[in-house]
Amino acid sequence: MQDKFFLKKRLNSILLFCFFLAITYGAIIITEYNVMDGFTSVPEAFRWGISNFYPTQSSLEKLPNIMEKLIETLLISIASATIAGIFALIFAIFGSNTTKINTFFATISRFIATLFRNIDVAVWSMILLFSFGQSALTGYFALFFVSFGFLTRAFIETIDEVSNNSVEALRATGASYSSIVIHSVIPSSAPQMLSWLLFMIETNIRSATLVGILTGTGIGFSFDLYYKSLDYNSASLVVVTIVIAILLLESLSNYIRRVIL
Amino acid sequence: MTMLLELHDVSKQYGNNTIALSDVNFSVREGEFVSVIGPSGAGKSTLLRCINRMIDASNGEIVFDGVNALGLKRKELRNLRTKIGIIFQHYNLVDRLSVIENILHGRLGYKSAITGALGIYSREEKEQALKLLNILGLEDQVYKRSDQLSGGQKQRVGIARALIQNPKMLLCDEPIASLDPNASKVIMDYLKDISKSMGITVLINLHQVDVALKYSDRIIGVSKGSVVYDGSPRHITKEEIHHIYGSEAGDLIMDLGEDTDYAG
Amino acid sequence: MSVENTVTTKTSSELVNRDKPIKVKPLNKVTIVIRLTLLSLVLLSIYGFLTFDYKDVGLIEGIAASIANFRVMFTEAHFSHFNFLEGLHQVFITIGLALLTTLIGAIISLFLGLFAAQNLSTVRVSNMIKSFVAFIRAVPTVLWVLIFAVSAGLGSVAAVIGMTFHSVGYLIKAYSESFEELDEGVIEALRASGANWWQIVWQAVIPSTITYLVSWSFLRFEINFGVAVAMGAAAGAGGIGYDMFMASTFYLDLREVGTITFYILIFAILLEVVAIRIKRHLKTV
Repeated sequence: MQDKFFLKKRLNSILLFCFFLAITYGAIIITEYNVMDGFTSVPEAFRWGISNFYPTQSSLEKLPNIMEKLIETLLISIASATIAGIFALIFAIFGSNTTKINTFFATISRFIATLFRNIDVAVWSMILLFSFGQSALTGYFALFFVSFGFLTRAFIETIDEVSNNSVEALRATGASYSSIVIHSVIPSSAPQMLSWLLFMIETNIRSATLVGILTGTGIGFSFDLYYKSLDYNSASLVVVTIVIAILLLESLSNYIRRVIL
Repeated sequence: MTMLLELHDVSKQYGNNTIALSDVNFSVREGEFVSVIGPSGAGKSTLLRCINRMIDASNGEIVFDGVNALGLKRKELRNLRTKIGIIFQHYNLVDRLSVIENILHGRLGYKSAITGALGIYSREEKEQALKLLNILGLEDQVYKRSDQLSGGQKQRVGIARALIQNPKMLLCDEPIASLDPNASKVIMDYLKDISKSMGITVLINLHQVDVALKYSDRIIGVSKGSVVYDGSPRHITKEEIHHIYGSEAGDLIMDLGEDTDYAG
Repeated sequence: MSVENTVTTKTSSELVNRDKPIKVKPLNKVTIVIRLTLLSLVLLSIYGFLTFDYKDVGLIEGIAASIANFRVMFTEAHFSHFNFLEGLHQVFITIGLALLTTLIGAIISLFLGLFAAQNLSTVRVSNMIKSFVAFIRAVPTVLWVLIFAVSAGLGSVAAVIGMTFHSVGYLIKAYSESFEELDEGVIEALRASGANWWQIVWQAVIPSTITYLVSWSFLRFEINFGVAVAMGAAAGAGGIGYDMFMASTFYLDLREVGTITFYILIFAILLEVVAIRIKRHLKTV
């Protein structure tokens, strides 16, 4: 009996291991990934990076230009997440099981959020390129749509997690729907929601670089320009500014989280 | 005395075959202190929530203060709910708000959508809130965040929130189930006191039989969704408690009831 | 104790100054920080809208055009440069990329995550790994891929390595935080019985955190699917993302963009459903 227990456990582990081995092999075949190249190219890339990929005196002259693009990208990331947060709040209130008006609206609002969330930000930007061209609005809307989808889901989970009990209590006092939402749902879930919003801004800055490369706007465009003209010193300066911006923003939002949560 | 609450053949069914309540009949007089006892899952909580329609009963008639609760429209239903205060096992406060804000939430039922949403309270309402805090011994906690209170204090805030509604009746859903014996006694004493001095009817779910016997004017025993006992706590017998709880559990509960001295 | 008694011993007037309004909302640090943060975000958004480089594209016209485009995309989707099966093959390449990077990333992260967890490692090693990982995460994935592409060439090798880098940054953080939440008593019990470090890891740490590890890894797989699509478009990694890029910027074929969007949407939703299932299953186990 005992022997069987351990044997079964070991057998399960071996089966699981084989399963993962098989799908890994399958993935390597289908993506035409060269395992040996994979191993050798890492040290090679580091060697190249150390000897070529660093900012020089001459690239520093481009800093004002880069900073201007970086600030525009930061503002796009913040504006898209913030406005998306407002819409997401409304959709989350209708979509949450705790505060939904009826099942029909709840399903609709969850469906819309799923649709927007599951189309990747790169896909959105290529779709929006048709109507907005190389304008900052392409990136803005691509980030807005994905933020909206993601935040709606996060807000729905927050509302369901945090405010179930107090909503019941306020309903029992005969409070109107709007009173329940404003006096119970919002105060209970505001800190958690703000934390999600800050997370979204951090994510958006990373995505904005990608969107910029695809649509020819913002900091991503600056990088792409220097990269394609083989000006690696300036390209590395772009990377450095992005890294500093993201790290600063992360520590700021971590500070805010520590205070409010 | 007149009847404040009457239940006629009230049933509640979830889905097709889960029966939570079947043909419940009883009535409560004004100012009465009534305990509902029974094992977990007997339908006590559902029963309480059917009265102010937090849960809609499937069948039957619930008459509160001369009005049939089941036929009410939205506006009238809100009106009914202002007359009934509920006290919850888990207090159900908005943790991040101050004590006084939580108490004032009890006034929201009297307000229009706009004044309610904006949270505009009159001076009288605020003074009444402070008065209730005094009565319940919370005068030092007015601006504390409610998640910083102890369980007993939270429950007293819950009571104040219900009282500021000026209710005719309090429904208490296991109000002491999450509290230690000391805090439980304080809460039960307050409830009994409020019922006597303010003439408020109390209908309370309890699973401590000894507490129910000590404080109540009347006991209603519920088992498997049906009322199996309705009478005075003085005349209840061991057999009847066995009948409510099922025989084996009955022994344990009865022993507890005889041994524990709850008198304060 | 009676209610009347309590009232007369301490009247409410002691608390209430007749002239002053009674305040209800006390201001504390939390409320102030929340309000300040929200206010700054709104102001920055407004400032952003005033300064964006619109390149003469009107907001209203753009939105109207987008709605018209969405309608064409989703109602008149068609195949022109590839057929249904070829499209499916491209999606599988994208999934393969996501799978490979997640698996390699998970294995590396498991070991480094152990050393990054403060309760299993020394403070110095843990801080070192954590700050290194924070740096890796701060560089967007696409930049990692493009940087590797200089020496490895554009293609699946650069894509896999670049994406793995970012996955490792993400998973080490997630794994080490799961390890740190582990009950100290469990480790203590095994240490008391004379188990060495590796035994503690295999017998206590991993079995008790495996549910978290699995759900974090699958979450990363979901993310990596999106990233793989993007890398196909922006960094020549192949797969359905590359077809998207071609349809959008070279053929300007809105209807084919619609078809590709359907492919991506269906698989992304499928992954999300599986993730929710896994999460629910792990919760009940």
